[in-house]
Amino acid sequence: MEIKLRTKRQQLWFEIKQAKHLYILMAPFVILFFTFTIIPVFMSIGISFTNYNLLQSPNFIGFSNYLKLFLEDDVFIVALKNTLILAVVTGPVSYILAFVFAWLINELPRHLRSFMTLVFYAPSISGNAYLMWLIIFSGDAHGYLNAFLIQYGFIDQPMQWLTNPDSILPVIIVVQLWLSLGVSFLAFIAGLKGVDKTLYEAAAIDGVSNRWQELWYITLPSMKPQLLFGAVMQITTSLSIAEVSMQLVGFPSIEYAGHTIVTHLIDYGTVRFELGYASAIATLLCLIMLGLNLFVRKILRRVGE
Amino acid sequence: MQLENNLIIRESKLSKVKRLFTRKRNLNRSIWGDLGLLILLAAFGFFSAYPLIMTASNAFKPLDELFLFPPRLLPRNLTLGNFKDLFELIGNSWVPFSRYFFNTIFITMLGTAGHVIFASMCAYPLAKYKFPGKTLFFTLVVYSLMFTPYVTNIPNYIIITRLGLIDTVWAIVLPAVGSSLGLYLMKQFMEQIPDDLIESAKIDGASEYRIYWQIVMPLVKPAWVTLIILLFQRLWTNTGGTFIFSEEKKPLSYALTQIAQGSIERAGTIAAVSFIMMIVPVTFFIVSQSKVLETFSTSGMK
Repeated sequence: MEIKLRTKRQQLWFEIKQAKHLYILMAPFVILFFTFTIIPVFMSIGISFTNYNLLQSPNFIGFSNYLKLFLEDDVFIVALKNTLILAVVTGPVSYILAFVFAWLINELPRHLRSFMTLVFYAPSISGNAYLMWLIIFSGDAHGYLNAFLIQYGFIDQPMQWLTNPDSILPVIIVVQLWLSLGVSFLAFIAGLKGVDKTLYEAAAIDGVSNRWQELWYITLPSMKPQLLFGAVMQITTSLSIAEVSMQLVGFPSIEYAGHTIVTHLIDYGTVRFELGYASAIATLLCLIMLGLNLFVRKILRRVGE
Repeated sequence: MQLENNLIIRESKLSKVKRLFTRKRNLNRSIWGDLGLLILLAAFGFFSAYPLIMTASNAFKPLDELFLFPPRLLPRNLTLGNFKDLFELIGNSWVPFSRYFFNTIFITMLGTAGHVIFASMCAYPLAKYKFPGKTLFFTLVVYSLMFTPYVTNIPNYIIITRLGLIDTVWAIVLPAVGSSLGLYLMKQFMEQIPDDLIESAKIDGASEYRIYWQIVMPLVKPAWVTLIILLFQRLWTNTGGTFIFSEEKKPLSYALTQIAQGSIERAGTIAAVSFIMMIVPVTFFIVSQSKVLETFSTSGMK
């Protein structure tokens, strides 16, 4: 037993020595990745059990940050609710839209296809061009939407789209959807291009008679890997909506109607400097994201089976 | 079915325009279905493009045209006034405009170059070899795609302060260089390089480093372009946030968003700012679209 264990360890050591050059190649990235991504996650978990404000050294307070989060912090409950609503709406809708557009674009002739790809992808790489929505949704009669609705008699008075708690979430949803055809959209386009064309001909002979059957029996199963990748990207984005909310409806927004977990995190982390509490929010967000991702991945693996 | 196909063939002979809607290899398509979906696509395409077109056109509109209704898609009297106002506003700050510009160029170049080189150095062993720790590391990379960078912001601030990098460009550059999406895409893309190429180079006596630099790197140029675009966009719009507080070290997008913070009266200037911020990444994507798509064809997850 003793000997066997040793040889195993020696074998491992031998393999590590063999791969020496590979480790050297990987080292710079691995160091950066661990320093700025992996270690911070564990630090965040650690800090979340303390009372820390950067100036005084942290002291351990157990689960009280988490208890406070759920039992005392009403704003967090609002943020949690908003985040879930935003995620449940923008996540699936943007995912489906990204796929449907990619699928329709794929059938266009080459130049038109490149053009439409650009049209749909451009919003997500256009920096702060989404500020244009400030003018579209502007609360005075000059806002494009108000001007349009007044002109055609739908409303008499300009609507306060950005400051009315009832319309804040819908506005964020519209803008977020507009921004959401990003990396996953590109992955879908590329995935569709890669589907083996002969499969469609074979299927036509086998009795597949319309585009919906083609989609379900051939296209979707053939691009399952891209679908999984796209899901990860889309879930992560839909749960981390913050920038759009802060820029369009303000930070904090009226009656916290546009407050999300991430804006709550930013509030405690960079405004109030209650880092222990903020870390508890971050840890919770991280858990929600991982959980949801793994759950959706499990479901998507069954597509076409 | 038969009739429909005949119809499609006849139609496509008739006019070139109509041929846009059908393609010979698609056996299962009806003209009405195509037409309906095309209209749908056009409608959503307009929704997608409208704010960007308006941003571009507002950037060149004089003030009196900005609040006209219906808003004009194209300005009647083209003017560079908004850009002039913008440069005047920036010129009035005590840090010269060129300084912000230089900071952004420096951060973006350093970050993208570092990212492409380090991520591909790391991706090559992951894609082509088996060694202890590989599976564990790649699992961590995939998991890291599943949470937002906001989660790590506070610990990052602490780490960067401890490393003495706070208020230097490195506070922005280093975390960006180590971002995992680029590594993931690069590794997936490298997997399709034939093993024979690497084997034969090894037989010729090339070291791992030479194989990486002289054989693998030239083959993955499409992936470089993709990594550059993804990181470029992230760094180009980075305002420095809490990580850079000295005015003379702040990047361009900080200066621009400060100006854009104004109210609706500054709509023209805001549009000019947004136009500058969007035109660079968009142009970059137009030029490199086919390479980017090539990279994403291997992006799939198992």
